[in-house]
Amino acid sequence: MFKFKHEALETNTGLLLVATMMAISVGGLVEIAPLFLIEDTMEKVEGVRPYTPLEQMGRDIYIREGCYTCHSQMVRPFRDEQLRYGHYSLAAESKYDHPFQWGSKRTGPDLARLGGKYSNEWHVQHLIAPRSVVPESVMPNYPWLMENRLNYADIGQRMRALRAVGVPYSINQEEYERNVKDFGPEMAAQFHIPNARESLVAQVRAGNYDGDPSYVSEMDALVAYLQVLGTMVDFSQIKPEELVKFR
Amino acid sequence: MATGQSQVAVQYDYDIIKKFAVMSLVWAVVGMAVGVYIASQLAWPVLNFDIPYITFGRFRPVHTSAVIFGFGGSALFATSYYVVQRTCQTRLWAPGLATFTFWGWQAVIVLAALSYMMGFSQGREYAEMEWPIDLLILFVWVAYLAVFLGTLMNRKQPHIYVANWFYLAFILATALLHVFNNLAMPVGLFSMKSYSLFSGAQDAMTQWWYGHNAVGFFLTAAFLGMMYYFVPKQAGRPIYSYRLSIVHFWALSFMYMWVGTHHLHWTAIPDWTSTLGATFSIMLLLPSWGGMINGIMTLSGAWDKLRTDPIMRFMIVALSFYGMSTFEGPLMSLKDVNALSHYTDWTVGHVHSGALGWVAMISFGALYHMIPRLWNTQLYSERLVNVHFWLATIGVLLYITAMWISGISQGLMWRAFDEYGNLQYSFVESVAAMHPFYVMRAIGGAFFLSGMLVMAYNCYMTIRQGVRSARLAPAQTRAAVA
Repeated sequence: MFKFKHEALETNTGLLLVATMMAISVGGLVEIAPLFLIEDTMEKVEGVRPYTPLEQMGRDIYIREGCYTCHSQMVRPFRDEQLRYGHYSLAAESKYDHPFQWGSKRTGPDLARLGGKYSNEWHVQHLIAPRSVVPESVMPNYPWLMENRLNYADIGQRMRALRAVGVPYSINQEEYERNVKDFGPEMAAQFHIPNARESLVAQVRAGNYDGDPSYVSEMDALVAYLQVLGTMVDFSQIKPEELVKFR
Repeated sequence: MATGQSQVAVQYDYDIIKKFAVMSLVWAVVGMAVGVYIASQLAWPVLNFDIPYITFGRFRPVHTSAVIFGFGGSALFATSYYVVQRTCQTRLWAPGLATFTFWGWQAVIVLAALSYMMGFSQGREYAEMEWPIDLLILFVWVAYLAVFLGTLMNRKQPHIYVANWFYLAFILATALLHVFNNLAMPVGLFSMKSYSLFSGAQDAMTQWWYGHNAVGFFLTAAFLGMMYYFVPKQAGRPIYSYRLSIVHFWALSFMYMWVGTHHLHWTAIPDWTSTLGATFSIMLLLPSWGGMINGIMTLSGAWDKLRTDPIMRFMIVALSFYGMSTFEGPLMSLKDVNALSHYTDWTVGHVHSGALGWVAMISFGALYHMIPRLWNTQLYSERLVNVHFWLATIGVLLYITAMWISGISQGLMWRAFDEYGNLQYSFVESVAAMHPFYVMRAIGGAFFLSGMLVMAYNCYMTIRQGVRSARLAPAQTRAAVA
């Protein structure tokens, strides 16, 4: 009968290589691969949509400044978090997040449900000088967000890259009409890549996020992003028992 | 003795090891200095100075990349090239490729640090490098694997020594993790910006599968490889149990890959993945402690060395911290404990008890052992090693104690209710309460950094001494060493 001796692995580089590779591959295969196949990974909820060009630019600034090193975007299903932040986060809410920004540390508070909690003016003041509104804060000042003009020359390319990884931005009439059906005409116009720059400027005009309508600042984009966080799903329409099976 | 050592220098390729060893010291000083600085920013936010390039958010990945990949990575390249040559009794295969791994790896660290400060980041913890740097890492890593495997295959010994199994597992796992976690679509050929292939829950799973195994293989398996060579060497005794090394190697390699989901407890991932991650995290205690026991027991019968040999003391304290943090880890992976500890400073303290206590200290031991031998000389000062040891030990203890207190306080304050069932504290009250502990943490870090500076000085003097005596030595030795 075949008798295995560990010596076989210790004296043969190839065998050791193959055996090690096998040992380290199993865990990832078992845990991660199914998430791409199982339907249950994500709930189906109304309202979740891709980011508008301006919001996406704001999200890119959020990542550029490393906000995730101090802020999470993932409310856990506990009573204290529910009271402090709001309804716990659903997987579907970050389905257009490339990359995810759930974070791992709350040096500052969770931001998953930040949208609509404070006014635009508060955000602008807080980002420029956090301690002027929250004296105990340890957040850095971000005055350059107001000074820097937003460079959105490549917004079309950014959206094309996102489209390539699965975000339903449209490049032709057919995709645009699909978006009209899925997200309504107003959003479908925002998601249309050929009009991206115009849509971005239009949203800045309509929203006036940084209080200065004369130019498009990085502040406009970041505040637009912060104000949409956690606001897409209308939780008054959702039955908790339907969510349980996804936990 | 001098001739014997110089023959060794001919037999083995030491030049590349010297380069990596020196850069490991340089990155340690840089990375730890940045660490102390960002720790101070959290205590005194005015230190951000309204300069975008050095705000906490951009500087923190500079710290993590410089210490993990710069210091830790260079120490691993140096020791693995040293160990694989000496245990296989052969020179490095393809020395040109090995030289490429040196320059390539240093370029990766410099480019990564500069790009974060400029604002280019993938926004993935410990994998912030944007796609062009990721490609460079891939090339370097394939070259590293080739050099390592080639050298193993040229060995003069029938057996592959256990340290090399760990180094091999580390190289393979890092390649696998790096490739899958960094799959991304660049915005353009000339754009540094990219978007990850996965989103949301799948992206989170991929990232923490990477993130925890960066700890498991980069910061654990590889440093166990280091331990398996340098602890027996320094102790002058064989490894305690060969059988234990086999069992814990395979168990560790197999189990680590399952545990990443404990970073995602209570988040929007399917519950079964998180339960599986916690289960494997607890089982992982056994192989982790197997390694610790194997290392510490190697000293049995030579315990007096703990009193007489400060290098040995570094190694044994490193193993003790390894045992401590691999006990704390499974504890924190329990869902109920994690509900309190997650998002708090406790995690930061846990990482540092592993990173400073285990990874850095075992590297210090290995470098103190290796550097005099590389330059064919004696260590400049054993007394300074002792000074370094105490500075480092006090530093780690201050650091982790501060983070335990602040972490547990944060967790408790966030979930505290008053008698009416309302939240007792606003978030910012918890921020204000952390101030003294953030100061204490910065002081702990400063202790550790000052110990590192002592080491850098000691190693500089050792190398200078080695270079000078080589210059004075007879012509034959000079030719050999050159």
